[in-house]
Amino acid sequence: MNASTQSHSFDLAAATVRDLNAALHALKDGSNASLWRVSNPRGLHAIAAGLDAPVTVEIDGPVGYYCAGMNKQATVIVRGNAGVGVAENMMSGRVEVEGDASQAAAATAHGGLLVVRGSAGARCGISMKGVDIVVGGSIGHMSAFMAQAGTLTVLGDAGEALGDSIYEARLYVRGSVTSLGADCVEKEMRDEHKAQVFEKLKSAGLDGQVDPSDFKRYGSARTLYHFHVDNASAY
Amino acid sequence: MCGIVGLFLKDKSLEPQLGELLSGMLGTMCGRGPDSAGFAVYGEGEKGETKLTLRAAEGYDFKALAAKLGDGIDVVARATHAVLTVPAGREAEIRAQLAEVAPDVTVVGAGARMELYKEVGMPTDVAVRFDLAKMSGTHGVAHTRMATESAVTTNGAHPFSTGLDQCLVHNGSLSNHRTVRRNLEKAGVKVQTENDSEVAAGYLTWRMKEGRTLGEALEDSLNDLDGFYTFVVGTESGFGVLRDPIACKPAVMAETDQYVAFGSEYRALAGLPGIENAKIFEPEPAKVYFWDRAAA
Repeated sequence: MNASTQSHSFDLAAATVRDLNAALHALKDGSNASLWRVSNPRGLHAIAAGLDAPVTVEIDGPVGYYCAGMNKQATVIVRGNAGVGVAENMMSGRVEVEGDASQAAAATAHGGLLVVRGSAGARCGISMKGVDIVVGGSIGHMSAFMAQAGTLTVLGDAGEALGDSIYEARLYVRGSVTSLGADCVEKEMRDEHKAQVFEKLKSAGLDGQVDPSDFKRYGSARTLYHFHVDNASAY
Repeated sequence: MCGIVGLFLKDKSLEPQLGELLSGMLGTMCGRGPDSAGFAVYGEGEKGETKLTLRAAEGYDFKALAAKLGDGIDVVARATHAVLTVPAGREAEIRAQLAEVAPDVTVVGAGARMELYKEVGMPTDVAVRFDLAKMSGTHGVAHTRMATESAVTTNGAHPFSTGLDQCLVHNGSLSNHRTVRRNLEKAGVKVQTENDSEVAAGYLTWRMKEGRTLGEALEDSLNDLDGFYTFVVGTESGFGVLRDPIACKPAVMAETDQYVAFGSEYRALAGLPGIENAKIFEPEPAKVYFWDRAAA
């Protein structure tokens, strides 16, 4: 670690999430206060939400809803499980969950990387708009619903209705898929896709653990882009 | 919104702390349901006796009422509620007597071990009024309510009890409760309030009357109840959890050698002993979870 890095400790048993977030929001680009250790999160909501500085926030335990929501630039590491909507609407940066994530992980996120070492619940990557998501375990039902851009790489299985009404996101699943949603189809896994899976695994620190050619690719059949009366039953 | 917490103890040594743990869990869920609260606790019970939990207006003289009902009736009053312990054989007779001599008193629950309390107000205040923290028992469920389908009244607060030692709390709303209510009426199950959650409680009672176990009754509800729901239910010896097939409402569970705990959010579980090493999981949609002391 850089010698100029300043490390801060913040105890959520002694101060509020609002205090923590206010301190993190006050950081500017070029600040050297770059490592924040947060203790006693106890499932509290909105921890480290709305950050916009190149800092690292390590949270020592389980967090509640919307942790690292709207994240820009920051690296947020959760040493535990995360509640609903972790990294929702993330723009850039990196969010890592060492345990499981609840529903709607990285919902609507435009950029950055979300890594979930455990499993993610239902609606993972719902309406994702450019984020990269890597899940070490499995994902729940209705994941990547209306996904627009980005990648979702899953080492385990996917639940019901994967990629329902999907636009252009790429879904890579290594295990089984319970069912595909409307307009989501399996697609050929070409070399460029294997290379992309490798790149995403590498960015998550999981390269070398699984073979990119074990993954199947799913994406849009592009039949629901424009309303067509013959498709009315699929909407 | 609504908040649910539940605790089912495996380790007997925690039983004196049941109320204290449950009241701590309930307090964290105030934000999810600040309008009313309630809880059911499965405590001590003597063979051959039935506990009737009664509710009346503030300041009601439950002792005088018990005296009117004859000898051998024990009464413990807590604020607007009181628990009468009566010989099991006299339950029907005493209910009839109550209806006659005290029509303004409601029987909110009955069973060998279950006591049930609920009121409007902040959940932490409700827990203090009934002294939940001092109660002991094997398991309990509690609820904080944000009303959606019916008014903010004590009657609309959870838990609902429609059978001996049975209680249900619900987060969500049912869309076919009127149809189910009519069917229950035909089957002879009484649903007293306008509340949709009481219909779910009545439905489970009816299924169990038909010989189904609680686990089987919960399976049946997947076919017959429409809408969104997370249910937590208690029986004399059991504790069950069910989420609707799309898992609309949040639920987190923790299991250790000492207990099984339920919370609408993890925050509710954060204060439990040994939570750092508990197995934490979200119950799967449309999957019945059920723990039974009798089977253990």
